[in-house]
Amino acid sequence: MTPSPKISVRGLTKAFGPKKVLQGIDLDIASGESMVVIGGSGTGKSVLLKCILGLMRPDSGSIKIDGEEIVGLGSRQREAVMRKFGMLFQGGALFDSPKVWENVAFGPIQSDGMAPGKAHDIAIEKLGSVGLGPEIGELYPSELSGGMQKRVALARAIARAPEIIFFDEPTTGLDPIMADVINDLIVQCVRDLGATAVSITHDMASARKIGDRIGMLYEGKLIWQGPVGSIDRSGNAHVEQFIHGRADGPIRMQVRKL
Amino acid sequence: MNVPVITVLGRVTLDFLAGTGAMTSFAGRALRQAVLPPYYHRQILRQIMEIGYYSLPVVGLTAIFTGMVLALQSYTGFARFSAESAIPNVVVVSLTRELGPVLAGLMVAGRVGAAMAAEIGTMRVTEQIDALETLSTDPFKYLVAPRLLAGILTLPILVLVADIIGVFGGYLVGVYKLGFNDTAYLRNTVDFVTFLDVFSGLVKAAFFGFLITLMGCYHGYTSKGGARGVGMATTNAVVSASMLILTFNYFITEAFFSL
Repeated sequence: MTPSPKISVRGLTKAFGPKKVLQGIDLDIASGESMVVIGGSGTGKSVLLKCILGLMRPDSGSIKIDGEEIVGLGSRQREAVMRKFGMLFQGGALFDSPKVWENVAFGPIQSDGMAPGKAHDIAIEKLGSVGLGPEIGELYPSELSGGMQKRVALARAIARAPEIIFFDEPTTGLDPIMADVINDLIVQCVRDLGATAVSITHDMASARKIGDRIGMLYEGKLIWQGPVGSIDRSGNAHVEQFIHGRADGPIRMQVRKL
Repeated sequence: MNVPVITVLGRVTLDFLAGTGAMTSFAGRALRQAVLPPYYHRQILRQIMEIGYYSLPVVGLTAIFTGMVLALQSYTGFARFSAESAIPNVVVVSLTRELGPVLAGLMVAGRVGAAMAAEIGTMRVTEQIDALETLSTDPFKYLVAPRLLAGILTLPILVLVADIIGVFGGYLVGVYKLGFNDTAYLRNTVDFVTFLDVFSGLVKAAFFGFLITLMGCYHGYTSKGGARGVGMATTNAVVSASMLILTFNYFITEAFFSL
């Protein structure tokens, strides 16, 4: 018998007005696995992620974390589920007014009620694990470059040792070298924590590096999924077009924003 | 464009009702979070500083000139039927009942409501509000509730200060320009003003504080679409807060009128 999946999504649909963004997603992610969802802009990747995170309520379908249904939970129970999650936002989404270390320590202090002194130590340790020295902790997020902000955001995402970490386009807006640094850090952090990872991206280099398994989202459906090694032999015209970045092919470009 | 009038009217009415409903449920959720523990003391203190302390110069300046002009204008009017001696009374009643809370409310709506909408709106479009939720922190509790509480608590104090400064403005003009006896002016003021004059003004102030912060938070929280969305949220926060202040000002006045 195979162990029950960490995350199990069944028949997930979400529409905004007449626009059907997700049209029945089925997805299982095993514990400790790193799943990467690829797809063009406006194919519903972010919506899928936000539904699993509970930031958006799906129209129908089921999402189970460790076998527990999370669709339709009340806000208090949802906070408990959130404790298992860490999220790296696309733009970092660091808070402007607290210092860097306070950003990293935000979860432990505000939600877990940890003493600031102890949380400070944890923040410095987490900053260390993304390659930033303790002096960075005293700066404000606006004083950091984009790559540094992303590192701090990663440190914040792992500060509470989450069981599941979500990555929203982790390399978007970074130069190729910094993107690779972030990829390495993601792989390392996920491995160190033994966490399950779910990433969405359209950066194939990143997908190949951080993923164990890749799924491709197109027009609100998962049209292909398989181990990262088999993506070059997918035999799927949509996947072929996407991973080689060709303008010609079966994929039509989305004009309207979702 | 050929849009039938009925269609437009219907759409406006629906939008208005939907907006009112959304705001009411927003306010309900925020107030619930404001009452239930845990409380974010540091956030509340920060907002009290922001709304109260940093608004003092603007509100003080508004109050002193309003008091001064009030004394001067009432003199013009009252001299026509030789009722100049009523000027201290007119100044203090107008200020405490009406002009103190309304003008302070409007100034704070421009200053604080706009800043709040811009700050929370930027947090929304840069996903900082989503980030709060992923850190198991309820944004209503952390962002909205402290602002509402600070608004409700701080505006009455601000208005009390404005009342005093405004009366002082009237006193300055009364004594140094219109030739009142300084002791008589103050005695007239203090003897004439009643508890209800001041109290009704402070009730207004607390209510306006709620409206200003609610509009700032609501429009910021629901803003979307980048810089333009945040700009619109800021405008909407100030305009709607100002309109609500003027509207509710009448109804609160009427409620106290029948007392």
